[in-house]
Amino acid sequence: MSVLEIKDIKKSFGKTEVLKGISFSLNKGEVLSIIGSSGSGKTTLLRCLNFLEFADSGTIAVNGETIFDGSSVKRLSDSEIRKNRLHFGLVFQSFNLFPQYNVLKNVMLAPSLLKRGTPEEIESKARALIDRVGLSEKIGNYPCELSGGQQQRVAIARALALEPDILCFDEPTSALDPSLTGEVLKVIKGLKSTDSTMIVVTHEMEFAKNVSDKVLFMADGVIEEYGTPDEVFNNPKSEKTKSFLNKSLETF
Amino acid sequence: MASVVFKALCDGFLVTLQIFGLTLLGALPLGLIIAFGAMSRFLPLKALIKTIVWIIRGTPLMLQLIIIYYGPGLILHNNIWGGSNGRMTAVLVAFILNYSCYFSEIYRGGIESISKGQSEAGQVLGMTKSQIFFKIILLQVVKRIVPPMSNEIITLVKDTSLARIIAVYEIIWSGQSFIKGAGIIWPLFCTGIFYLAFCGILTILFGLIEKKLSYFS
Repeated sequence: MSVLEIKDIKKSFGKTEVLKGISFSLNKGEVLSIIGSSGSGKTTLLRCLNFLEFADSGTIAVNGETIFDGSSVKRLSDSEIRKNRLHFGLVFQSFNLFPQYNVLKNVMLAPSLLKRGTPEEIESKARALIDRVGLSEKIGNYPCELSGGQQQRVAIARALALEPDILCFDEPTSALDPSLTGEVLKVIKGLKSTDSTMIVVTHEMEFAKNVSDKVLFMADGVIEEYGTPDEVFNNPKSEKTKSFLNKSLETF
Repeated sequence: MASVVFKALCDGFLVTLQIFGLTLLGALPLGLIIAFGAMSRFLPLKALIKTIVWIIRGTPLMLQLIIIYYGPGLILHNNIWGGSNGRMTAVLVAFILNYSCYFSEIYRGGIESISKGQSEAGQVLGMTKSQIFFKIILLQVVKRIVPPMSNEIITLVKDTSLARIIAVYEIIWSGQSFIKGAGIIWPLFCTGIFYLAFCGILTILFGLIEKKLSYFS
């Protein structure tokens, strides 16, 4: 059964239609890479999934349960939104760690506030996650003392602490020095397992090609191409995909 | 003579301190409420708050003191400040109202300067609006507003002398009373030392707070 099924998501900002009907589904354990040029609606799509924006129409279903229906007249209450949101995790392009808390506290804050277990359980789980992203040595450091790559790894641990069904990454390496993107992509690759479903908006074509199970190419608010990395990268059907890939994979 | 003067100045300074402390106690939280009003998406409330802030910041505190103290008795024929602490209460009402308007703008600037990503990060982690404000935003705001707040609070120390206009016996009046009573002016000059010392202590205190919050950026 698909863990995520979205149907005909549309979103406009004023008169600009950013998403013109996006539908796809994702199976449990799959990694989906979303590629496409800036302004194609990739980030807006992720923000709609995380309820930072509300789609104008369309439905979002997780594990068969519809958690968002744009046609429904009834507006979701704040607590329903919070509950639905927890199906998803989001790692931001600009990390957005909480500067006043150290690494451990950044990871522990939300589970503590949401009372996800005893303080001891929450702490030992947080320590395990920080170890998993390779930052045990920095556990007591503050975000301003970490490199961008390290900050992003903490942000990944922080998102994992709430055990989302689907973890989303919004261009996780775009704000990083090229020398630091590798460590972050390696961590994301390491998370790949049978029960963690991930959606990665990325400009890293090699990552999309080699790590993901599905690749989705977006252009002007529609899905231009959707398939396995082999289908999208080696046998693209649409002209737009071909020209985008040619430009992206251009070597100098 | 010196000990009489010292005693009188200390008495006056206690009143000054009282105005200062109680004004902060009232204006610090009230300012935050006004700031939220000014950022409200409910437009009539926003307009009302903006108008009040405009009036309070646009007129002298001295005039506000006079209107608040004499207004009810002279205009409404109902002197609500008649009791033994009436003058002091009127002073506090005027000061708290005035300073909370200034504080509210500092708070608003501080809150709006925090990147939206901070509250979005809290949102996607399932936090409530109040958790986001108190656990994530507030301390970052405090750090940013320490310098402008210290300015405002040091101004308040000296503004307390305006209470004299409605005959509240604060330190300036206590010093001035020796001009008429004993024909000496140096007690009035000495009040400056009290202000200087107190502002010096506050400056050190704000420096410590800034240092304490310098562990993050």
